[in-house]
Amino acid sequence: MIEFHQVFKRYEGGHEALKGVSFALETGEMAFLTGHSGAGKSTLLKLIALMERPTRGQVILDGQNISQAKDRHIPFHRRKIGMIFQDHRLLYDRTVFDNVALPLVIAGVSERDIPKRVRAALDKVGLLKKEKQLPIQLSGGEQQRVGIARAVVNKPPLLLADEPTGNLDPELSAEIMNLFEQFNQVGVSVLIASHDLGLIARLKHPVITLKDGRTIRNDLNEEVVA
Amino acid sequence: MAGATTHKVSFIDRIKMGLSLHKKNSKESLLAIFKHPANSLLTILVLAIALALPGIFFIMANNAKSLSSNWDSSMAVSVYLKDSANEAQAQKLVGELLEQQHFKLVTLTTKEQALEEFKKYSGIANSLEMLEENPLPMVISIVPNDDLIRVSELETKVKELEQLALVDSASLDSEWINRYQEILKISEKIGSFISFLLGVGVLLIVGNTIRLAILNRREEIQVIKLVGATDAFIRRPFLYTGLWYGLIAGVIAALMISILGNLVVSSTSRLAELYQSQYQLLGLTISQTLILILIGALLGLLGSWFSVRKHLKEIQPS
Repeated sequence: MIEFHQVFKRYEGGHEALKGVSFALETGEMAFLTGHSGAGKSTLLKLIALMERPTRGQVILDGQNISQAKDRHIPFHRRKIGMIFQDHRLLYDRTVFDNVALPLVIAGVSERDIPKRVRAALDKVGLLKKEKQLPIQLSGGEQQRVGIARAVVNKPPLLLADEPTGNLDPELSAEIMNLFEQFNQVGVSVLIASHDLGLIARLKHPVITLKDGRTIRNDLNEEVVA
Repeated sequence: MAGATTHKVSFIDRIKMGLSLHKKNSKESLLAIFKHPANSLLTILVLAIALALPGIFFIMANNAKSLSSNWDSSMAVSVYLKDSANEAQAQKLVGELLEQQHFKLVTLTTKEQALEEFKKYSGIANSLEMLEENPLPMVISIVPNDDLIRVSELETKVKELEQLALVDSASLDSEWINRYQEILKISEKIGSFISFLLGVGVLLIVGNTIRLAILNRREEIQVIKLVGATDAFIRRPFLYTGLWYGLIAGVIAALMISILGNLVVSSTSRLAELYQSQYQLLGLTISQTLILILIGALLGLLGSWFSVRKHLKEIQPS
């Protein structure tokens, strides 16, 4: 699903966020990305979502080298990735329903099909009854679940999550992780950046640990196994 | 990247989708303007004024031109005879002039007739009574044939007439028409330039309004880009907002112009009466009104397009 080949990322100020990272996440695999803040976790996720481009090396998604993707192809690339953020990134002037419907509207799904699919996604995260509410009326955990519903509504083959449990208490965090595992079980590849080491240890999934832009632990293969 | 979820959508479905999105975007941006009229009204009024002024210039130039085209056909030469000339000599001259093929109308105004006319129109009849003798000369008015319509030809003719023994002086009534037309040309140039500046003003105002709208929705744009929106998708509502601003402003400008027309129409027809003219004020025709509205809409679209082009690129998700 995702391959990194000797990926370097140097920001304009000269800061080197990634220094030769290689790993391969197989299709249908679920893995954690850990490390202290500033270790390069967010940069790594941004490279996958094409919010940044690597300075050197190759980022391959679904067999395609995305480092060379043209700007106008970026939107279509992003539609294949469901992204979840620590700060949810919801639109606060729109209802839960409209937030979740957004990727479908953007992808040009017909208005007839949208309600059905939005409700299916909301049902999965247990928020079916809150579709008419505004995000601000929901708790932090619920807002995060709206974010997850939005990420999965278009059935992307890959989910990326950046500290999805960052602001949540352990019980809610476990619930959120459980949701990710459910999606993984139906074949979605999942990569979660988190520093919640206790939670990660309890869930038996491969881990990549970054330190100062280098991998110091990599449970995944370095190359895709043929 | 053959994603498992790529939707197979037929070409016709995509066109249908696109059309319904356009319909939705245009409707939503129009509703947004009416939902917050206080925000938009001021901008739209400024735009309307900026559009109405060139329209008013256009009407003024149009009227001034059609006025002077009326005069062109009535260009005449006045020949003033010497005091020493008597009426019989004058009549003979009229006959001679009529024999020349160049003139279609030659009329003699005697001293007495001239005085009568002067009394009638000058309003100082009483003071004229006090004069011992009639100071007015005999005048022969000549209306040239259509073959002698060009000013330069007429001017040579006037010089010829001045050579005649009986003639004191001759003058072409067109001189002030020429001046009028030159002044008209200058005013037209100034008007066009000011209109151009106002058009640029409309672009800048719309551009700035859209810029503020974009900055206001900065976070929303970032989120929408993250979930895979194309630039076209993000651009569209802003372009429609600009289009509506220009269009509504154009309609209001047309209304302003027609109100102005109604305000002055009675005065102008009174003025025309005083000049014994049938002149009727020209307003905007229906097609000219539509063009004004169209120009407004185009400027609005263009202004927002410039703004969107510049500012949407700057907003990237982080």
